[in-house]
Amino acid sequence: MLNQIGTWLTDPTHWTGPNGIPQRILEHLIYSGISLLISALIAIPLGIMVGHSGRAKWTVSLANSLRAVPSLGLLFAVALWLGPKIASSLAYVIPSVIVLILLAVPPILSGTYAGIQGVDPAARDAAKGMGMRGGEVLRKVEIPCALPLMLSGFRSATLQVIATATIAASISLGGLGRYLIDGLSVSDYAEMASGAILVALLALLLDGLIALVQRFAVSPGLSGKFRNTPGNRPVVSTTARGDAATETASPTDRADEQREALV
Amino acid sequence: MKRRILLTGATAVAALALAACGANNNPTAPPAGGGGGSTGSAGGGGSITVGSADFSESQVLGEIYAGAIKAKGVSVTSKPNIGSRDVYIKALQDGSIDIVPEYTGSLLTFLKGTAPSQDPDAVYTALKSTLPADLVVLDKSTAEDKNSMVVTKDTQAKYSLKSIADLAAHQADITVAAPPEFQTRQQGLVGLKSEYSFTPANFLPLKGAAIVNALKNGQAQAANIFSTDPSIPANGFVTLEDPKLLFGSDNVVPLLRKDKVNDTITAALNAVSAKIDTATLTDLVKQVDVDKKDASAVAKDFLSKNGLG
Amino acid sequence: MSWVADHLGDILWYAGQHTLLAGIPLIVGLLLALPLGWAARRYTKLHGVLIAGSGLLYTIPSLALFILMPLILGTRILDTLNVYVAMTLYTLALLVRTVADGLGAVPESTRQAATAMGFTGVRRLLRVDLPLAIPVIAAGLRVAAVSNVSIVSVASLVGFPQLGYYLTDGYQRTFPTEIAVGIVGCVLLALLFDTVIRAGAWVVTPWQRVAR
Repeated sequence: MLNQIGTWLTDPTHWTGPNGIPQRILEHLIYSGISLLISALIAIPLGIMVGHSGRAKWTVSLANSLRAVPSLGLLFAVALWLGPKIASSLAYVIPSVIVLILLAVPPILSGTYAGIQGVDPAARDAAKGMGMRGGEVLRKVEIPCALPLMLSGFRSATLQVIATATIAASISLGGLGRYLIDGLSVSDYAEMASGAILVALLALLLDGLIALVQRFAVSPGLSGKFRNTPGNRPVVSTTARGDAATETASPTDRADEQREALV
Repeated sequence: MKRRILLTGATAVAALALAACGANNNPTAPPAGGGGGSTGSAGGGGSITVGSADFSESQVLGEIYAGAIKAKGVSVTSKPNIGSRDVYIKALQDGSIDIVPEYTGSLLTFLKGTAPSQDPDAVYTALKSTLPADLVVLDKSTAEDKNSMVVTKDTQAKYSLKSIADLAAHQADITVAAPPEFQTRQQGLVGLKSEYSFTPANFLPLKGAAIVNALKNGQAQAANIFSTDPSIPANGFVTLEDPKLLFGSDNVVPLLRKDKVNDTITAALNAVSAKIDTATLTDLVKQVDVDKKDASAVAKDFLSKNGLG
Repeated sequence: MSWVADHLGDILWYAGQHTLLAGIPLIVGLLLALPLGWAARRYTKLHGVLIAGSGLLYTIPSLALFILMPLILGTRILDTLNVYVAMTLYTLALLVRTVADGLGAVPESTRQAATAMGFTGVRRLLRVDLPLAIPVIAAGLRVAAVSNVSIVSVASLVGFPQLGYYLTDGYQRTFPTEIAVGIVGCVLLALLFDTVIRAGAWVVTPWQRVAR
């Protein structure tokens, strides 16, 4: 079987044309990219506002509870609902992108909120003491401090979007999922497995890219290199209730964001 | 970062090693010893498993076959909604199922690449001689359900369409909606290209009612819909003529494993085939698709009405 | 909603399958994550490897993993073992880090006090460290549970029967009721898992209930 998969992957006809690998990868990236962009535009400002003011926390809770909804169900439900309303073949793209956005917003929102909220008050005070005004404090101190958690949230969102774009092939969307769904329909394991390997590789590649960004964009003071210095130890006490344990915002809580990637 | 690269490499090697062990077999191929499938093998002595494809008509027929055999005292299990022909033929050959409802012309084209004519008897005879040694068909029914290319009334008027041959002239404006396997089938895009020189501008791989919706809502201009589908009359769709007989003649017929055939089963299924005609079949499908009844309930109803169970 | 009432038996059966497919990997994953998380904590060299490894695992989209399992396990494509192993891997990927964090959150002073009282080695791990790590582990387990319930529904695209069946069948038949049943069923099941885990954690940590 490995041979057959190798044959399938190296067959030149599979690398050309509208059903070729480059085309499918491109489609996958386009749908994912657009969704992530829009989600970031929605979730990051919202997360900053909520984290800053401490009000409207219900938006974060609501977004988090959305994770319990199965993405396949959302996809079918939105496709059935919007299908009749859109005449062109965008009738499948638009529901897919909407669902992708719905799934990408919670991790980014959650990460941004946790990041902003967890900024050391001392750092904020110091910034104010240095004469910075609101907007400056946000740009120069709060966002850089929140960056680790924001990027973790973005990473979760990316995984979620790549995976859901894959299953969107079941409502005729293009992208790498086509190989999985079409291969399934004719029982062609070589096609299915090749598609699965390509999707996995794409996901790993993008995840690695964001990890690289994380490594270079996050200030070294925050990256956990100085883990055991007093100010940076995770604030989890054994008398706190379990919920509190997940609300700490120390840099080592990337765990939370990584955990919360769905699908 | 270095650790991550090393780890990816190590995992890849490990996975390949494991895969090399387990992967000389094709996971979709029949296992060596016969029998298998996710819910256990089709049991011993006298028990029968009836399967069906992933569309409602096949499921109703499957439930009818199962009910008719059960009424004769044989123990029966159902495995509905297995998948397309490729998938369930494999299941039939590896023993996961013993019986499946089939269609003479489509099966013949699937096995041989072409179907000779439109004459139901000629197709049936040709099918019998083309079947692999381990499979047999029983009596065919008069009920027919063909694959067909369907357009909306508006599209027909717009391009003055009468037969599938007329599609080629407008192919740049036409999107076809059909199940994913349509792309690689002779009774599909392959045959449409070779027989009618028709290559649609776009293809929407969808299943079931989604195909009807695509046609209805304008996302596709032509669709592959079964001739008994209630959505054709319900939406005023027009079926295009098929002068080259690409979609041939298709009578409902039970397909069985040869080693499971016996007189009881033959009698039960032949009796069923005698009672189903195209009008009945269309009505059965309507009850499932439009009235949203369960296939098993509709089957039970049919059997008791016809004194077969 | 009479459709739901008529089909309640079937719905419950699918829900039961779903519970098994999502729940058993939770338990197995937790049991496997405990020693791995402990090892990550204890041997700093392993820490990076194990955490990065889990991260990698979690990156693979579920449909892809379900399809690739036969290649790794040598099973057939419709073998439920594929789903069990894949889900266990996802659970493991989430929980190894949680267990490591949980064990690491036990205050040093407590650990030293335990050692002073005579708890050493495995005894200390089982009687002191783990119980104190339960809140953190339970939190991670809840996230894993909700995640699992959602991921398992994707398996209906391959043909595994569980609540996701109502999603694919509902779309195929344009039957919104079925899709609603599928979605609501999954959400309720996720809620159920969440409640059970919280209750379980509450029961085994009596010291947290004492009024301060």
